[in-house]
Amino acid sequence: MQTITGKVEEKLYQNRYLVDEGRPHIRVAPHVKPSEQLAALVKICPAGCYSRTEAGQVEVAPDGCLECGTCRIVCAGTGEIEWNYPRGGYGILFKFG
Amino acid sequence: MTDHFDAIVVGAGPSGNAAAYTLAKAGLSVLQIERGEYSGSKNVQGAILYADALERIIPDFREDAPLERHIVEQRFWMLDEQGHMGGHYRSDSFNEEKPNRYTIIRAQFDRWFSAKVRAAGALVVCETTVTALIRDNHGKVCGVRTDREDGDVYADVVIMADGVNALVASRSGLKKEVRPEHVALAVKEMHFLPEDVIQSRFNIGEEEGVVIEAMGSVSVGMVGTAFLYTNRESIAIGIGCLVSDFAEAQVRPSFLLDRFKAHPSIKPLLAGSEVKEYAAHLIPEGGLKAVPQLYGDGWMIVGDAAQFVNAAHREGSNLAMTSGRLAAETVIEAKSRNLAMTARTLSAYKAALEDSFVLKDLHKYRRLPDVLHGNKHFFTEYPRLFSQAAQTMLRVDGVDKRTKEKQVRKAFRSSRRVTGLIGDVFNIARAWR
Repeated sequence: MQTITGKVEEKLYQNRYLVDEGRPHIRVAPHVKPSEQLAALVKICPAGCYSRTEAGQVEVAPDGCLECGTCRIVCAGTGEIEWNYPRGGYGILFKFG
Repeated sequence: MTDHFDAIVVGAGPSGNAAAYTLAKAGLSVLQIERGEYSGSKNVQGAILYADALERIIPDFREDAPLERHIVEQRFWMLDEQGHMGGHYRSDSFNEEKPNRYTIIRAQFDRWFSAKVRAAGALVVCETTVTALIRDNHGKVCGVRTDREDGDVYADVVIMADGVNALVASRSGLKKEVRPEHVALAVKEMHFLPEDVIQSRFNIGEEEGVVIEAMGSVSVGMVGTAFLYTNRESIAIGIGCLVSDFAEAQVRPSFLLDRFKAHPSIKPLLAGSEVKEYAAHLIPEGGLKAVPQLYGDGWMIVGDAAQFVNAAHREGSNLAMTSGRLAAETVIEAKSRNLAMTARTLSAYKAALEDSFVLKDLHKYRRLPDVLHGNKHFFTEYPRLFSQAAQTMLRVDGVDKRTKEKQVRKAFRSSRRVTGLIGDVFNIARAWR
């Protein structure tokens, strides 16, 4: 049985992005302890944009974002995420889509 | 640039392009706003193009549209860990002069469609994100605000075709936020292989294509399905499950996709391929229940933004194009009669949808999302039981067939009990009616 890593970094490497430096389109609100929903994003974001800090908070680095909106919808009720589309022209540029 | 148009279309996917094209073709002044670098650069789909919906908009689209392969064979697979069982339908009758379904690559197809929209006379502005609706003193929608400097533009009517997240409508309070149980998160990869390798691997000719839809162990207990579509020299492979299930099970989507790719029934089909893109997208799966108010004073919602997907049949782009066309025709009709774009006038859009397959099909399957959501064993137990049954009946090992049949029946009964089996048949039959 082979091991399946599902390593997302290697997958994102294939993609084309135009990163809007210094203007992240997703922000996580300051928090002490993340809600269950926010914590789930560390696993379920398809681009692996969310991670845990050593202190247990959830942070986002949206450079590899695929702009699907999953995090936005999962955390809509908690208000922990501020989510906008990147400025026109920036973000993921699908070659095939 | 004039800042007043007959219509503004937000978004340049299938629904937005269908709307903008139809409006421009009828001589109306149209502004279409797209946030991507070009139409298609933000769009993701499997993708299957349903010819009928496009033919009603651009009858001769086959002459220059970038089509990959027309589909001659559909495979439906139920997977367990070791293999699959299922049905295939293949017919030479699909090799017709005007084929019914094609695989397409959306970034290319949408670009082609967008060129048609421009040629029809619409003004298409890319790299611009619509941030809000503008209303007049009476509350009627009369334009949109964009992220461009001095980016306010006005129109008699705004058609929101901004996709599944439908940010413009939900942030304007015109629709409720999408619920996690009403959308599936799908992840997808593009695998490149030489044309002749694809043809020999799938037993197809030069222009012919195959679709595989799969369910079962691949969704690890979540409500979801997987797919594999053959393009000319690439294979699109993906898997999608409800966002609410992802949130609960906390499974990594990329892991799920890699696991599907490693399945013994799938792996040989992809052997030696080169991956060139990884994408993720939400798919509306809530059915009729999730469809918002579709029109109001000065606005309409079309396509994925209106949650128009027939999940049972994996159809979406055809509902999108049809809704875009019907919204446009509503505006054209109102213009010709000099009617103001009030909710009353635009209610003709909903009536047209009700008269079409779009709302008829969503109505037919209105119970299905809840049935599947509340009965996950359709995605776990049944594929396993059917595979096991096939294994039992096909393995020749000295056990007599009557005993084998008993084993199969016993497996079904012990898994679902007789009442469960009857309930399942009833629920699915009722949801499908």
